[in-house]
Amino acid sequence: MVEALATEETIDAQTIDGAIAYLQTQFPDAVKLDDREGYQGLIVDSAQLLKVARAIRDDLGFDYLSSATAVDYLGVDDHMEMVYHAYRTSGGGALVFKAQTDREDAQIPSLVPVWRGADFQEREAWDLYGIRFPGHPNLKRILMWEGFHGHPMRKDWREAYYEEEVKPFDSRWPGGHVHRSEEKNVFGKNVAYPPEIDLNRLMDSSETSVYSSLGLGVDIEQIMDKDGFETNQLVVNMGPHHPSTHGVFRMVLTVDGETVTSLEPVMGYLHRNHEKIGERNTYLHNIPFTDRLDYISSMGNNHGYVLAVEQLMSLGRRYNPPTYRCEALRVMMVELSRIVNHLWAIGFWLNDIGAFFTPVLYFIQERERILDFFEAVAGSRMMCNYMRFGGLFADLPERIKSVSNLANDRVRDYNTMQFLTEMVNERIPRTIDELEQLLTQNEIVLERSIGVGILSAEDAINYSAAGPLLRGSGVAYDIRRADPYSIYPELDFDIAVEQEGDMYARYRVRVQELRESVRILRQILPRLEATKGESIWADGKVGAYAPRVPLGEAYGRVENGKGELGYYIVSAGGKNGSSNPWRYHVRAPSFINLTPMGIMSTGYKVADIVGILGSIDIVLGETDR
Amino acid sequence: MELNLQELKQTEFPVPVELEDNIAITSLSQLYNWGRRNSLWPMLFGLACCAIEMIATASSRFDFSRFGFEVMRATPRQADLMIVSGTVTKKMVVPIVRLYNQMPEPKYVLAMGACASGGGPFKEGYNVVSGMDKYLPVDVYVPGCPPTPQALLYGMIALQRKIDGQSIANGDDVPWYGVGPAEPTPVPVLGPDIIDPRQMDMIRRQAESAAMEMAALGQRELPAATQMVAAKATTQEAVAAAPAEVDSDALNFVLPTGGTPWSEAEDIREKRRLRALARKAVRATRRAAETDEG
Repeated sequence: MVEALATEETIDAQTIDGAIAYLQTQFPDAVKLDDREGYQGLIVDSAQLLKVARAIRDDLGFDYLSSATAVDYLGVDDHMEMVYHAYRTSGGGALVFKAQTDREDAQIPSLVPVWRGADFQEREAWDLYGIRFPGHPNLKRILMWEGFHGHPMRKDWREAYYEEEVKPFDSRWPGGHVHRSEEKNVFGKNVAYPPEIDLNRLMDSSETSVYSSLGLGVDIEQIMDKDGFETNQLVVNMGPHHPSTHGVFRMVLTVDGETVTSLEPVMGYLHRNHEKIGERNTYLHNIPFTDRLDYISSMGNNHGYVLAVEQLMSLGRRYNPPTYRCEALRVMMVELSRIVNHLWAIGFWLNDIGAFFTPVLYFIQERERILDFFEAVAGSRMMCNYMRFGGLFADLPERIKSVSNLANDRVRDYNTMQFLTEMVNERIPRTIDELEQLLTQNEIVLERSIGVGILSAEDAINYSAAGPLLRGSGVAYDIRRADPYSIYPELDFDIAVEQEGDMYARYRVRVQELRESVRILRQILPRLEATKGESIWADGKVGAYAPRVPLGEAYGRVENGKGELGYYIVSAGGKNGSSNPWRYHVRAPSFINLTPMGIMSTGYKVADIVGILGSIDIVLGETDR
Repeated sequence: MELNLQELKQTEFPVPVELEDNIAITSLSQLYNWGRRNSLWPMLFGLACCAIEMIATASSRFDFSRFGFEVMRATPRQADLMIVSGTVTKKMVVPIVRLYNQMPEPKYVLAMGACASGGGPFKEGYNVVSGMDKYLPVDVYVPGCPPTPQALLYGMIALQRKIDGQSIANGDDVPWYGVGPAEPTPVPVLGPDIIDPRQMDMIRRQAESAAMEMAALGQRELPAATQMVAAKATTQEAVAAAPAEVDSDALNFVLPTGGTPWSEAEDIREKRRLRALARKAVRATRRAAETDEG
């Protein structure tokens, strides 16, 4: 097929296949098809990566670099690989391209000059895999601290509590005697030190590196300001313990008076090794772990993950796609968690701009109602662990009954469909109306948010911003429409978009999305009634709980409340596939949305920074993973 | 234990009739504890998923202000209770210990959820501390992932009960009833891995012995001594075949701040435990006697 398209005139570069063919004719010696079983896209020669990437962005129009991540193929091909997924903001599928490098001296040219969105992702690859990126403006560790021993995601790096390569582990109580990881470690806790450690000259260098990129060795420095006055430049640390940082996030600012001259996000304070643990886990094990990524919208996290694994499973022979009822239930749950997410985001953004905790109380009210429903269906308020490969944990219950009965809580016993109908048609719209009435024309909100934290459309795309941050900058890019999945194509809803790119625009996008979610839910309810009695599993049988996933790679992405949530999964190993992922990577919107934080904040006042961070809406479980 | 005004007035001490309405007699411990248990201000300090449930507990539906956890304070200087709400990572434990040191006494720590109690689902992670109690004294553990707001409330009320039992008469009951200011907890250092200054000597010894014995092993194998212990834990035979015993001096290290050696500290702890048990028995008999009278 590729030979047939060899002449340039016949190549339709609009399709993905066409784009690949175009690159093959343009760079015959630099690119080749990735012909490994189950893989897609191109392998680009590292030396010419930058040239090819420019062509991909400028000639082919793939202006949005969604994900860039590393894979260590130790024992398979013994090389490291960077995998890039590029998209067009006009919609369509991914152009996947990869660059390979030697494990010992891992070097791949940085793509930051082409897509600024690669910045944090390449730093993460350096931190966890030890791949150097010549040309990167600020290549240092991002999740672990400077000075940490080794690059932990490498396949030959073992943690202090290492037990076995993959789960399920052998019994932890052989012969009836329980043993714990602490007992195996001589230090009694989760630490291991390299033998060459010199405790006499131990320096905590983790902090100095944070300040070094700001060009500062000290807290206060004499500078000449723009008007020629001598003044002091001050470094202000916000976080990791700070009420406005939505968790354990940290920002290092340099300020000139009240005005921020530069800002650097520092993260990793909640880096709990999601991906390393995920590679030891079986596929099923990972579902509850995804709950804990963006812990405000766990249903959305589940959805992205099962989509990615289902995409891989569909390469195999025995695979039944989910039933219609299952899809409808999934969409309903995801939209409900989007509502929870946006209510929470708006409430906490108001905290940040000064309305401390009063507005939140209004919004939490409705959130509690939705959580009650989740609890009745999935068994847990927040960590729902609800979706399965090819199905769901359970169908809707007939009635919703109260499990917890507090003194100030009425005993609950509702018909589920009635409860949902009331919630979707009355309670949630009422809450949104109330929210708009209180805020949309509120003078203080307008004063604080209009024209603050501006991100232009070009920057938003180039920095790989996603979700309300991207749409608030006038880019109508919503994965539910741009690269549809599940039953979204048949649902009627609009993409919320605002042109201004400031804090207020992001607020408006969230309010619109709340309304669109209600609109979707209204269409879902009759579909649930119509499919009543249908199984949530194909063939009526519970699907494979611990599937053997065929060889290959998959990138499943969904539009979560915070933005594009993607899962890059590689199944490698034996001939028949594997029951543990070889690589499990989360493209976290909260993480990548922080890349433009620096340019969004420069020139604003310290008090605005807090609001700008709130308007991005991050959650640290996902940022640090 | 709530102070009962009726009981306070019925004292065994003679009180002039005209002052009866104005005088109440109780023990100082009870008065202290009563004040402390009903004005525990938690620190506004969230780590991970549990923080969301902590906020839910603070807001209108569950509302822990009803039980005396009046208001959350963002600064450690104004807080009495640290709710460790989420996974404690090695990178974060450094600021957490600093925050704890900055809290004025009396101060309490509540480990909320599986992660703060023992590492939880993330325990095996290389950046995760397996429980807050590896670094700070924890008063109450609340299980759950995350605990429901009800569970957190229950844990907080359990802390109040614990405070009720503390006595000002015994200096060793709780540190802040003792003499002089308490030593701050040493802040961990971020080296090649996290280093607890309290374990410095042991680490040095282990690292030295490991450096002598191993050079050929992979880049981050555990020190040789570690592997020996690991073998001991799994099979008895391995211990018999092991060429050398674990360095027993390792347990006798001296705290770098000049504290008590390990063996003596154990004795002191044992004595304290016995005394605490004796006190508990006395209290129980007294309570039984009171109920009999009642």
